[in-house]
Amino acid sequence: MWRWLHPYAKPEATYNLLQKLLPWFVALTLVTLITGVIWGLAFAPGDYQQGDSYRIIFLHVPAAIFSMGAYMGMAIMGGIALIWQIKTAEWAIPAIAPVGAALTVVALLTGAIWGKPMWGTWWVWDARLTSELILLFLYVGVMALYFAFDDARTGAKAAAILSLVGVINLPIIHFSVEWWNTLHQGATITKFERPSIAASMLIPLLICLAGFAFLTVSLVMMRLKNEILRHELHRPWAQQRLEQD
Amino acid sequence: MSQLSNRQTWLTLLKRDLRIAARRRSDALNPLLFLLMVVTLFPLGIGPGPDILARIAPGIIWVAALLASLLGLERLFRDDFQDGTLEQLCLLPQPLAFTVTAKMMAHWLLSGLPLVILSPVLALLLSLPLQGWWALALTLFLGTPALSALGAIGAALTLQVQRGSSLVSLILIPLFIPLLIFATAAVENASMGLAVHGQLAILAAISVLTVTLAPLAVAAGIRMSVN
Repeated sequence: MWRWLHPYAKPEATYNLLQKLLPWFVALTLVTLITGVIWGLAFAPGDYQQGDSYRIIFLHVPAAIFSMGAYMGMAIMGGIALIWQIKTAEWAIPAIAPVGAALTVVALLTGAIWGKPMWGTWWVWDARLTSELILLFLYVGVMALYFAFDDARTGAKAAAILSLVGVINLPIIHFSVEWWNTLHQGATITKFERPSIAASMLIPLLICLAGFAFLTVSLVMMRLKNEILRHELHRPWAQQRLEQD
Repeated sequence: MSQLSNRQTWLTLLKRDLRIAARRRSDALNPLLFLLMVVTLFPLGIGPGPDILARIAPGIIWVAALLASLLGLERLFRDDFQDGTLEQLCLLPQPLAFTVTAKMMAHWLLSGLPLVILSPVLALLLSLPLQGWWALALTLFLGTPALSALGAIGAALTLQVQRGSSLVSLILIPLFIPLLIFATAAVENASMGLAVHGQLAILAAISVLTVTLAPLAVAAGIRMSVN
């Protein structure tokens, strides 16, 4: 595997790979997201209790899941950057953080919009809502730390260390907040149990999940491409690439 | 020249930090005074009724303690970074992750322990029931080591940042949340006469975890800054 991965420590190789893969991911995003959202919003049956307002689940759940997934990805990149000192992994941190933060905001906003008709309030101090808000704070901390340094490499290293500290703390924060107060409905999809959701709703939800996954990856790829170009601007290959596009 | 043993090095560093602090007492004293003043603000803002004060006392004291612990973090590494002491620490034969624990210990002795000693006064000011006093002191005793350890991470990561104190708060406050939850729950339970062992055990566990793992992050942060 190392022999296969090794060339991508070179920014140019990673850039070319991203360039090649990006159109595929964008196409997959468009197909899955459009199918999933239209199916979910227009064709899936209404909920017997929540009526049509449950339909926001098709945006809320994927955003919430990948807001956490993106943090995990950022921490993994941070670990790679610290252990193997791979520059591309360092640049992946500022590429991932804003995307993850945006997903967190989307999850919080759609949650508030869903909460108003269901719970009668925009915001409650419930465990999952609070965890998600704290996740947003963690993203903000990583981004603030990254941009506080004049030297981008030091900033990336500091952000990498912080994201690793955060990823160790995240489960502790999550379970402490859960213990503190819970009102949220239980998880709808878990790996081990039969999903407590009808198949007619589950299938569009899964398509939306795939759509958000591809969307997250595509956005991160685009941002990473920009980061690579920005840092490699002084090199001939990057200037050539800029002239071509 | 004979080489110092691990224990000697650790104790020398601890004594050095304590001696520096003894010569500049205001540094250690200011966060405590800040804590006292913040706690004073709440009865003024909310009203002096003992019922409501006793109800929110654990939260107020712990939030004020978290904020106060952010204040003193600058002095943890900043001066040593500027006068080159940290570079010398990096060059020691002992691992940096080991030597920074001495600095964390000194920081705890100067910021955490006084809090524990001060806590009965705070409990008195906010008319916390007598059963809550012990619990408050115990939660502070078990929780403040984690505050010092997490604070050291924040201080180490922002060494190179000019005027980094607001950044440190931004980074650290989310990480403090579990401590706040379990500590306040313990004090609340205690003032209602319920068992608190569970919460205290979790607080101790969090402290042990952070005190063991934080030095690694602190050492990485210092190495990154000293370069």
